[in-house]
Amino acid sequence: MTDETSTAPADDAAVEEEVERDELREELLASFTDALGDSLVGSHILPGKDLWIRVHPEAWREAAEVARNRLGARYFCFLSAIDWMPSPFGRSLDSEVDKQLAGEEGPAEEPVIEQGYAGGETRFQVFARVARVGEPNRFWGVTLKADVPDDTMAAHSWTEVYAGADWHEREAWEMFGITFVGHPGLRHIYLPSEFEGHPLRKDYPLVSRMVKPWPGIVDVEQFPGEDDEGDGSDSEGSGS
Amino acid sequence: MTAVTDRQKLQYIAAKAADARVNVELETEGMTLNIGPQHPATHGTLRIVARLDGEQVISAEPVAGYMHRGYEKLSEVRTYPQVTTLVNRIDWLGSFANEVPFILAAEQLMGIEAPPRAQWIRTLLFEMSRIANLVLFLGDMGVQLGAVTPTFYAFRDREFVLNQIERVTGGRFHPNFDRIGGLKDDLPKGWIADTKAVMEKVREFCDEIEELFMNAEIFAERTRGIGVIPPDVAMQYGVSGSNARASGIDWDLRRDAPIGLVYPELDWKVWTHPDGDSFARFWVRLQEVREATRMIDQICDGLPSGPIMAKVPRIIKVPEGEAWISTENPLGEMGYYVVSKGDLTPFRLKIRSASFNNVSITPWLLRGVYVPDIITILASLYFILGDIDR
Repeated sequence: MTDETSTAPADDAAVEEEVERDELREELLASFTDALGDSLVGSHILPGKDLWIRVHPEAWREAAEVARNRLGARYFCFLSAIDWMPSPFGRSLDSEVDKQLAGEEGPAEEPVIEQGYAGGETRFQVFARVARVGEPNRFWGVTLKADVPDDTMAAHSWTEVYAGADWHEREAWEMFGITFVGHPGLRHIYLPSEFEGHPLRKDYPLVSRMVKPWPGIVDVEQFPGEDDEGDGSDSEGSGS
Repeated sequence: MTAVTDRQKLQYIAAKAADARVNVELETEGMTLNIGPQHPATHGTLRIVARLDGEQVISAEPVAGYMHRGYEKLSEVRTYPQVTTLVNRIDWLGSFANEVPFILAAEQLMGIEAPPRAQWIRTLLFEMSRIANLVLFLGDMGVQLGAVTPTFYAFRDREFVLNQIERVTGGRFHPNFDRIGGLKDDLPKGWIADTKAVMEKVREFCDEIEELFMNAEIFAERTRGIGVIPPDVAMQYGVSGSNARASGIDWDLRRDAPIGLVYPELDWKVWTHPDGDSFARFWVRLQEVREATRMIDQICDGLPSGPIMAKVPRIIKVPEGEAWISTENPLGEMGYYVVSKGDLTPFRLKIRSASFNNVSITPWLLRGVYVPDIITILASLYFILGDIDR
């Protein structure tokens, strides 16, 4: 989980074999750095697998233009967002809800926000994937990320660069509450128009999660011989 | 590529001119036609609100969401093995193909690789679900044009394929058979010989369909030059799979990024068509079904022996990291962006389904077409509602 442009954390012995570098993706990263300059604030390469690039929020649209017009990634794959705040509900077995269900008081920890590959500073990030397609053996894709400032909750729209971003931005808008500046019509796409809240935010409770024990509990309960009580009495997964 | 763009430009200008002429000369008033959400021609609950001027569409707006199930949220409270049950129901005609990219993404994060035999059987079932899915398309295309016979052929022959899938997985539509590190079970005895016979039947079906459609003048009239998607527009909208290949984009993830599947070891071909119209989309899918039967034959012959499950801990915790894996599903590129925080559940699961992008092009594509062509164009784009709404 490193950020910055250095790629190989050479402290791990297992990495020895992976020292075969990923020339394609390093070249790609170099061309992005070339085009974006200081706006490129973080990157991550998994050799032979994938490339992540994080740009400054102001350069979000410019990154799309560079990818499409300069590097030939004319294929738009998807655009979405991540809420990096750890969920107070259902993150794991010892989540607060489970403790409340079991009658314990959970220690109210302050959630630590920790961003993924290519780093970040804000709770929300938009990320998108574009690819260069159409020529056999020269296929590559890249995941672009950008922070979403907490005060404005806005990012530039990609619709003028990739027309297909339209629906994806509508989805990200209703699911996360991120405004896309320059989008032709931010309307609900899945949810009814009177819907309130942003369901994919981590602090939006999943109601079925609140009224039933954690669906995965059956996987980790102890075997009959070794248990004391086992609270998995009503533990079949909540059907959708 | 430029030739198609020019043609598209001309088509657009002609449509605009026709609009203007109708408006000025006849002073017609527009009309709003609501198609769906429950309409036989919309394959589920996609609703289309079309503004019409006479017989011509001025604008068309698809309205999705009647079947939204919130899998991205639900998967945050499911363990990794449980998520396959959900994603099975995205594209319900080729369910097994939905599981594979998710499992591969989890495997990549965990640093596990399935044993060779499991990879071969995965590829085998992947192609079987492609056939089960696309065969239905080939028949369904006829219904949209008023020909009912091909559908009966399609349902008849798809049944053989589904039976084979059921014999392995126990489920006709929702196999839930793929596991992190391998597969749930091995193939049953005698299955391979039966499968080869079924493939023979599918090839016969393809010949039948070809005979029924390719020589039919009505079919050509209704599909040739209708709903043309130029390659550049297709890429902008993220149109993938057979739809992209029918627009002349030579791109197939099975060839270009065959992660975890054995496509490089098979002898097969990527079919493309330069026209980008409804006919091309039909033709490409017909060839792909044939290609899939050839691949299955080869896999049946070359299946290596060995274990079908790698060593995997009983409680699956996926290490911290992010992974994006996409595969060439029957409907197009299907991918999962998995963010893990080292827990039992995914921290965030972004599902990129093919139909969502394929249908998002419809407002562009339906502008200026005639009302009856809406149906053929939608049919040739071929979407599954569960794949749009997730």
